[in-house]
Amino acid sequence: MTDATAAAAASTAPAPRKGSLLVQDARTRKRNAAESRFKAYGLAAIAVGVIALVILVTSILGNGTSAFRQSYIALNVELPEAKLDKSGTRDLEVMKKVTTLTYGPLLAKGLQDAVDSLGIEIEGLTKKDVSGLISQEAAAQLRDRVLADPALVGQTVQITVLASGRIDGYYKGRTTLASAELDSNVSPAQLKLADALKQKGLLTTRFNAAFLTAPDASDQRPEAAGLGVAILGSAYMMIVVLVLALPIGVAASIYLEEFAPKNRWTDLIEVNISNLAAVPSIVFGILGLAIFINFAGLRASAPIVGGLVLTLMTLPTIIISTRAALKSVPPSIRDAALGVGASKMQAVFHHVLPLAAPGILTGTIIGLAQALGETAPLLLIGMVAFVREYPAAYSATDGLFGEPSTALPVQVYNWTQRADPAFFERASGAIIVLLVFLLIMNAVAIILRRRFERRW
Amino acid sequence: MGLLMSPLLMLLLMTAFAIFGYVTAKARAVRLSGGDIRRLASLPGFYGQNAAYSVLIPGLGVFLAGSLLTRIAARQADTGVWQDLAQALPGLVPVLAVVAAALGLGYALLRTQPAFRSRVAAERWVLGLLIASASIAILTTVAIVFSMLFETVNFFSQYSWTEFLFGTTWAPDFRGNSSLGILPLLWGTLYISFVALLFAVPVGLFAAIYLSEYAGPKLRGIAKPLIEILAGIPTIVYGLFALVTVGPMIRDWLAQPLGLGTSGSSVLTAGLVMGVMLIPFVSSLSDDIINAVPQAMRDGSLGLGATKSETIRQVVIPAALPGIVGAVLLATSRAIGETMIVVLGAGAAAARLNEGIGEMVNPFEAMTTVTVKIVSQLTGDTDFAAPETLVAFALGLTLFVMTLGLNVLALYIVRKYREQYE
Repeated sequence: MTDATAAAAASTAPAPRKGSLLVQDARTRKRNAAESRFKAYGLAAIAVGVIALVILVTSILGNGTSAFRQSYIALNVELPEAKLDKSGTRDLEVMKKVTTLTYGPLLAKGLQDAVDSLGIEIEGLTKKDVSGLISQEAAAQLRDRVLADPALVGQTVQITVLASGRIDGYYKGRTTLASAELDSNVSPAQLKLADALKQKGLLTTRFNAAFLTAPDASDQRPEAAGLGVAILGSAYMMIVVLVLALPIGVAASIYLEEFAPKNRWTDLIEVNISNLAAVPSIVFGILGLAIFINFAGLRASAPIVGGLVLTLMTLPTIIISTRAALKSVPPSIRDAALGVGASKMQAVFHHVLPLAAPGILTGTIIGLAQALGETAPLLLIGMVAFVREYPAAYSATDGLFGEPSTALPVQVYNWTQRADPAFFERASGAIIVLLVFLLIMNAVAIILRRRFERRW
Repeated sequence: MGLLMSPLLMLLLMTAFAIFGYVTAKARAVRLSGGDIRRLASLPGFYGQNAAYSVLIPGLGVFLAGSLLTRIAARQADTGVWQDLAQALPGLVPVLAVVAAALGLGYALLRTQPAFRSRVAAERWVLGLLIASASIAILTTVAIVFSMLFETVNFFSQYSWTEFLFGTTWAPDFRGNSSLGILPLLWGTLYISFVALLFAVPVGLFAAIYLSEYAGPKLRGIAKPLIEILAGIPTIVYGLFALVTVGPMIRDWLAQPLGLGTSGSSVLTAGLVMGVMLIPFVSSLSDDIINAVPQAMRDGSLGLGATKSETIRQVVIPAALPGIVGAVLLATSRAIGETMIVVLGAGAAAARLNEGIGEMVNPFEAMTTVTVKIVSQLTGDTDFAAPETLVAFALGLTLFVMTLGLNVLALYIVRKYREQYE
């Protein structure tokens, strides 16, 4: 071996690593940097998710909480007999012929009197401006009150009425003196008057219970719009879903989990259920429209149709969770029951099902929560209709849950389609109500699971 | 007879009938045993149960089927056979139901003999009910397909299918002469879904990796439920969020300064918000899949001196890749079928495919999707003979076929992947 070849061999062999274990070399530093970068990406991703949740919730809360407060004006209104009951008989049928058009000016006069007697003077304030402070809904409110108690005619009554939407918006930051200049629906003079009234204690802003109980209102009266009909409609649909989806879902799961032989038919059912769980919800709306309304002739916008559509939608969810609950009951329970002479049916119904009940209930509540928030299919079956009458649970002509109604999430959509920005506040408020319901349902589900679920 | 048609009354009648059957059959069984029930094949109660089921199930079954037929006949009353049916059925159905129940009772009582194994018979009825419930899933799918298929065929008899599938303009007009090409809608759908996935897949995947590989139990216990709350929020809430918060923000801070658009509803708005909605979907599915990768594979890689991130990138992710692809496909199907976010966030104007690539890919431009158009063509006063209404069913069928394909593919991939490590 010559020196030359030895030198060549030495140069190809890797040089021994210099340095110490205590000092990282460039490559290790690079790898470690990559490691911490990777970790940072992960943390950032989680942060993005959590921040998105926080922004979402704060934006909805920020826009919607004001819907629960509303401005009211307290008034003394004269109710002259000459205008409201010309016959003087206090006959309700006759008095019902007097429309809100007659009641409106009475309110306007009441407010004008108050303004005069308090000595409020504002430049450029017209009579029309004063009456414009009162919501158009107020006349109907006064009329209802008189019709409920005809003895009031001829007296002067104190009544608290809604302030108009723009005035209400002034105290929620939606309307400002600057924006009122440009707005044909409200003048700066009206806002100044409102301030003066507020100072004298005639105009107050307080909790608005009517938001939860009143029906929807027309485009010009955002201040009067409420969720009463929507909540009722949603409640009816939830009843239908619970009554239909729970027994059917549990029965289907019991069959598939406990009895079904392994064959083509069961395979087909299994594939169907997992696919139905992933079918877009709007497709169920088309199904409802084509089958329940156009084919079977059920009435559009009826809670029964909505309930049926939502039942079909929730079934896969309930079946999947029920099967998981049944599966978690150990086979020894079944074996013990069979061993003392129970039939398979008895083993399942007497022993497995009660033990799986907490899991089934949890799954059902989560399915119901999902159904409660669903919007798209309900749009197609006509639940966007404008409904002011509270739907009855049963009526002779429309049957069970057959009267037109809306639903909470659809009401939200409905309000976003209106022109007046006051409806956006209402929509956000409705979302808060919806989220509170969902929160309660999920909390119940979690508590049920914590308290009753058994680990084997 | 009109009174008898009332379902509530029928239910009461049948229940009373069933209770009568239960009591009689049980008494008969006890009597035939001669006072010693050990001579009976089953406990006396099972004879009663069998009789009750034999009354209820045929009776109510006939009544339900009959009522359904009555409703359908009443709707189709203009043609010959249906007209006769519509007149005859309302009187006939309750009678038939009662007859079916009576026949059931008679047969059950006839079979009430000491040697008759009534527990088996009663349980067979229950099993029948269970099977019927399970078959509702199939019935639903069939109903979905048929409800859309009929109207779609109807649509294509009025509008050429080549123009529907390959038309590049969407301009419905209820006075007639509409262009109903699906391509602009498909483009909008896919573009918005793409933006959503572009946001959701990296965020969801990294969140899942961090939660399953790095996070301690404390962080995991807080972050995982928080992210999963996003999955429980109804889509209408996301829609409102897009409309009220995200849309104006993107318009004021991005689109207008850049001079690319003036509309609050845009592809980016809908895509981003939909992306947020999809984060928990991607992350929880990927989390499951990453956790299913055997620990031995990680240990092997770490033992060779790889860092944790190198192990994840070069061992865990490649092993989990099929499952992750499945999860992304499921998320895609969810994005394509999403309705409320795009209704409120993306706008109603169809993409203009004929005006150059710039108009097509501008993410600040309002663009509409298949689902939005289904909603807009089917809400309000609709005329079910006009192609402008019927097109919604064709759109629905397209949507159903697309999502079904994606779901089947995804489920197949995920199942195959699970088998690999079990």
